[in-house]
This record gives sequence, C-alpha cells and structure tokens, in this order.
Amino acid sequence: MTLIDTRTPNPKSFIKGATGDWEIVIGMEVHAQVLSESKLFSGSSTEFGSPPNANVSFVDAAMPGMLPVINAECVRQAVRTGLGLRAQINKRSIFDRKNYFYPDLPQGYQISQFKDPIVGEGSVFLDMGGAEHIEIGIERLHLEQDAGKSIHDQHPNMSFVDLNRSGVALMEIVSKPDLRSSDEAKAYLSKVRTILRYLGTCDGNMEEGSMRADINVSVRRPGGEFGTRCEIKNVNSIRFAGQAIEFEARRQIDILEDGGSIDQETRLYDPKTGETRSMRSKEEAHDYRYFPDPDLLPLEFDQAFIDDLAQHLPELPDDKQERFIKDYGVTPYDAMVLTLERESADYYEAAVKFGNGKRDGKAVANLVNGDIAAYANSQGLSVFETHIKPGQIAGIVDLVAAGTISSKGAKDLLQVIIAEEPEGEPAEIVERRGMKQVTDLGAIEKVIDEIIAANPGQVEAVKAKPTMLGWFVGQAMKASGGKANPQALNELLKKKLGIE
Amino acid sequence: MSVDAATVKRIGRLARIRIEEGEVAKYQDELNAILGFVEQLGEVDVTGVEPMTSVTPMKLRQREDKVTDGGYPDKIVANAPLTEDNFFMVPKVVE
Repeated sequence: MTLIDTRTPNPKSFIKGATGDWEIVIGMEVHAQVLSESKLFSGSSTEFGSPPNANVSFVDAAMPGMLPVINAECVRQAVRTGLGLRAQINKRSIFDRKNYFYPDLPQGYQISQFKDPIVGEGSVFLDMGGAEHIEIGIERLHLEQDAGKSIHDQHPNMSFVDLNRSGVALMEIVSKPDLRSSDEAKAYLSKVRTILRYLGTCDGNMEEGSMRADINVSVRRPGGEFGTRCEIKNVNSIRFAGQAIEFEARRQIDILEDGGSIDQETRLYDPKTGETRSMRSKEEAHDYRYFPDPDLLPLEFDQAFIDDLAQHLPELPDDKQERFIKDYGVTPYDAMVLTLERESADYYEAAVKFGNGKRDGKAVANLVNGDIAAYANSQGLSVFETHIKPGQIAGIVDLVAAGTISSKGAKDLLQVIIAEEPEGEPAEIVERRGMKQVTDLGAIEKVIDEIIAANPGQVEAVKAKPTMLGWFVGQAMKASGGKANPQALNELLKKKLGIE
Repeated sequence: MSVDAATVKRIGRLARIRIEEGEVAKYQDELNAILGFVEQLGEVDVTGVEPMTSVTPMKLRQREDKVTDGGYPDKIVANAPLTEDNFFMVPKVVE
C-alpha cells in the first residue's frame, strides 16, 4: 500500500518536543466479530461464555480431512459493513492461508484474505466538534477466522487452550494512516462502532473482545515524511486506545530527540502502568507465507446480490444526523449526540412524533440531551434505557409549548416523573399537584405591587441600574411559589418600574 | 529460484521443525530440486490466461447460518496428551 497524506497539518494536535513540534500519524486495524449464529467455516456456535471447547467442531479443531464451508450470512454481513463504510464491494475475492505457529491456532494457519479482499476503499466521516469534519480513508475490509484463547494463569508451567473462539468470523477493517491525534483515533473507533451497531453486523462490545483494535503509531515533523511505525496490538477499549497512543508518541519523540531511531515492532499496552512494551523479539520477524487456500474457491457474487443488501440497509448515522438537523431543526451537536446509538435516536424520534407528532424537535432534543441524559448518566444508562417514556417527554414539551408550565416547571415535572411518579401522565400530574404557572396578569400584578410597595430603596436602585431587575423577578417568583410565567412577569415588572 | 543454507534454517524455524547443522546441505539440495522441477512451468507463456481455481466449473459452496455442529468437547480433547476440564494443556506460552 502506498502511503498518501490526505491531511493538512493542524497545529492544534501537534505535540511539543524539546527540539520543536511533532505530529502523530495513526492508522488502525479494527477487528470486529461478525454477528452470526455459527462460525465462518463451520456449523458450531459463536455464543460467548460457553464451557471450554463446547463450541468446537472437528473443522475448528483442524482434524485431518475436515473441509471449510463458508457461512452465507457472514458474507452478507461483510458486504453490509462495506456498504456502511461507503466502500467498494469486490464481487470476486480470494481466501488465503496466513501461516504462523501458535497453540491456539490448530490449523497452523488462519484463513484470511490477502490480495483480494471482499471490500476495498471507503471512508468514515468524523465530527470533531464545532465546524471540524474530517474524512478518514478506509483501505479495505476482509473476512478472516478468529483464533482460540490461551489462558496462562491457571497453572505454573502450562497454558490452557480453549478453541471456542477458533473459527468465529472477524471483519478486519483497515484504515488509511489518516488519523493525526489520540482524539481523532478515539472518535474514529467510536464512529466505526456506531456504524457497526447501526448495521447490526457486530455488537461492538469491546469488553467481551468482539471489537478490538491494532493501532499503528508513528511520529514526524509536521507535514514531513512518515516515520517508522510501531503497532500496538489488541487494544480493547476506546479510552485505552487514547492513552496508548499518547504514551507511544511520547516514547518515540523522546527516542528521536535523543538522536535514536525507532525499531518497527509490535508492542502491547498495559492499562495498569499506562505504558506500551515490546511484544515480539526481532529475530522472530514474521513471515506469514500467504498463499490461496486450496480448500476454498474464490468468493463470487453479482451486483443484484449487493443491490438487495443495499436496499435493506438501515439508515446510517450520518444520514440520520443530517435528517434530524433538516427535519427537526436541532443543532449539529445535538444531532450527533442523539444518533450515537440507534436506539437513542429512535427514542428521540418517538418522542417528537408521539400522538399528533407536531411538536418542536429542538425542545425535545433539549430535554433528552439535557435533564434526561443527566439522569441517565447518573444511573449508568443510555437515555432509551431509562423508565421515562417518549410519551411522557412529549407530554412535558406540549405543556411548555401551551404555556401551562414554564421551562423551570418542566424541570420540576421531570423530577417528579423520575423520582416519584415513574408512570405518571404529565398533564395529569401538573393538574393534580397544582404546578400550572400563573399567567393571570391580575394575580401577577398584585404580587408585583406588593413587592414594589415594600421595597422603595430597591425601586430607586433599579432605575439607576436596570440589571437589578433580576432581584425583583426573583422576589416575585418566590412570592408566587415559582408558578408565575417568567415572560409575563418580566414585561409587567419593566412596565411598572418604568425601565426599558 | 533457489534457496541458500540460511533460508533452509529459517523455513525450519518458522515451521517449528528442528534441522541439525549436518542436515542443512541435504535439505537445501532437496528443496532446490523441487524448486527446479516446478520452475519448468516458467517455460509456458501464460500471458492473458486467468489463473485456474478449479478443474470443474463450480462455484464456492455456501451454507446457511445455523448451528449444526459442536457440543462434544470430550471428543475434541480426546487425543490431547494433557487436558483439564476439557481445556487443552500445552507448555506455557507467554509473549
């Protein structure tokens, strides 16, 4: 692969060194476990957490004479993912053997795709906040088998091998070296995960290892020649990815500034120390001796197959985001937050469309991304997982729109639903608890007159300093038990006090 | 194409096959004989010929995504020299 620099150096992401600024260059290989019932080339289960070697067939254990037969759903999942990455789909691809020796790889080779992957070049768009949008190139996506698992802490001088994962389908998604900071790398991982989850092609669960990343990191002078890279293997959380990149970049800069040079090598990130360390010795330099797997014919399909999958693809996060901005008038930031998870986007939309469906999408977004998100966070949940129903959100927004409650009243009402009446119907709660705001001008006027009469000193002061009006608003609010309509109150106060 | 002694040793190491110093020359000769034999194919002009992937006109067979196999861990580890709780046991390998 020829390296082409598509980015303009951005001083914001430079790292300061003793001898000047440095720029990080990052490329990623994301291994995403395909959501399927059975394995890529055998009929055994992909279920997580089964007893040792329970999900293993003779094919997975590489018994002599066993032959691989490809799972059609895994092929569809790879094509769907390729479409979600706006990538070229290759109608003909080839499976190769990648040879290496390890106890959790009984075949002695991994069936993968080398020269002719199922998916070619594509792109992922990242929203870096504000007006900054960047495009990250996808080099390819290929299908391959996962290996088994070795456990080293069960015995003083033996390793235990469980082949349950052996043969499970993985998609390796390879980016171009287009990322320039740990923040971009984290945003990329998060965006890829969102896309995979929208598509339903991978659950993106990094704790269970169904999505992991190998991160290639190098440093260079801003805009200069690409440096020598190190590969950080098997990073299993987005936060760790950021920490590993920061550490690794600093390590490389220190070596270069001391006049040294970087050895291309594989490294491991240790979350306990926050450091990366060398993983394989150099004399073991890898030579995978790829060659086409003679057990498998080329994988071929036609355009109609691709078109059919494309037609049934769900709406993708970027499209949904754009539609939310256009149809519901929400800010780009709110749209981004709302579409991070497909279920949260559906939840928001259900609230907007509830009942007659003619309510302000922006007001709903403010409530969902504001107080509801704060409550959800405090419970360690996503907004759609809280007990608050879209209908209740719609009810609150409608009450504010009708002027029945103020926005302050809406907050109080939400607290009632959160803490006291989880099943409550907003309009009914407001009615029963007397939470309606007072819009009756006569009643408000009476309160104001009383305050003005009791505080002549303040009345003089506010004439000289109009910002003092806030004090009167506060007093009047307090006197009305927080139920006065703030807008009516403000206007009336200004009129009575003679300020503009 | 031919291999030198260093390549023979490296191939042995990658395949985890021990090759004694005294055997290197023998394997080098054998490998070079094989490579020389295969090299005869270079005499044929294959410009514009698609690589053949199958002698019969068939497509890659695919299966539906159903669980039809597995569930016999005792059989899987039956031939293993050492096992515990249906795990394979191998000499410790930590990188």
